[in-house]
Amino acid sequence: MNGRPALERFLRTDPRDVGCAQAMEMLHVYADLVASGAPAQQQYPGIAAHLQACGPCGEDYQGLLAAIHGDTR
Amino acid sequence: MPGGLDAESAGWVQALAGAGPGREAALVRLHAMLVGIARGEVARRGPRLRIAGPELDDLAYQAAADALVAITGKIGQFRGESRFTTWAYKFVIFEVSAKIGRHFWRHPAVALEAGDWDRLPGWFGADPARQAEWGDLFAALRRAVDAELTPRQREVFVAIVLNDVPLDTLVLHLGSSRNAIYQVLFAARRKLRAAMAASGYLCGDTVGHP
Repeated sequence: MNGRPALERFLRTDPRDVGCAQAMEMLHVYADLVASGAPAQQQYPGIAAHLQACGPCGEDYQGLLAAIHGDTR
Repeated sequence: MPGGLDAESAGWVQALAGAGPGREAALVRLHAMLVGIARGEVARRGPRLRIAGPELDDLAYQAAADALVAITGKIGQFRGESRFTTWAYKFVIFEVSAKIGRHFWRHPAVALEAGDWDRLPGWFGADPARQAEWGDLFAALRRAVDAELTPRQREVFVAIVLNDVPLDTLVLHLGSSRNAIYQVLFAARRKLRAAMAASGYLCGDTVGHP
């Protein structure tokens, strides 16, 4: 590994990225759609872009999904 | 209350917005659910944290208690855009996040300001044995960090990339918000990409605004 692919990924920014505030505001709606199998990424591309790029928000999202799946098992 | 509310969510809202034994029973049940979610979440994150045992359990109970207060205070704001439980779980997940950030702020493992540039290639997974391939790349990145970033952008970049400070911990250290720090880092990434592309180290493409 020469580090270039990871550096490329880190520096790449998505113009659709809505930022933390909007993503967190709608996280429960987005997670419920994903858990129900609805095309959340297409409905909320800006949130999907953000959750891919932002470590802390992505972590919260994964936690919320895990909570939903635990709840519905 | 939105007409489209599912029956279970409507039951929660009615019980929590009401009074008497029905509300008390709903609070007890919700608290138990939140404790379960918080414990599950700290266990999920636990292996990557330097917290364990009773301290982790305390954190889960505090997160559940604080989430319960927030949920009961904001029950009037629930608009039925998701199931009630998903909305409620969001509060406890955020509380766990915030409390983990606070924990690292109180117990920093590394200095927040000093940056060890030798760690930069490793952060991006560069193999030390192949330094001939990446030496110029990371030297160019360091030059771009020094030349292109504002002091605030450099501070955030150094803390997160060189010192591995969790973003939520940096938020507390700088008295800022997650969104504000993310935007500083977003702008820094965009500038660095442009500089690296201009100097021929990366191909230039996407730019944007969060």
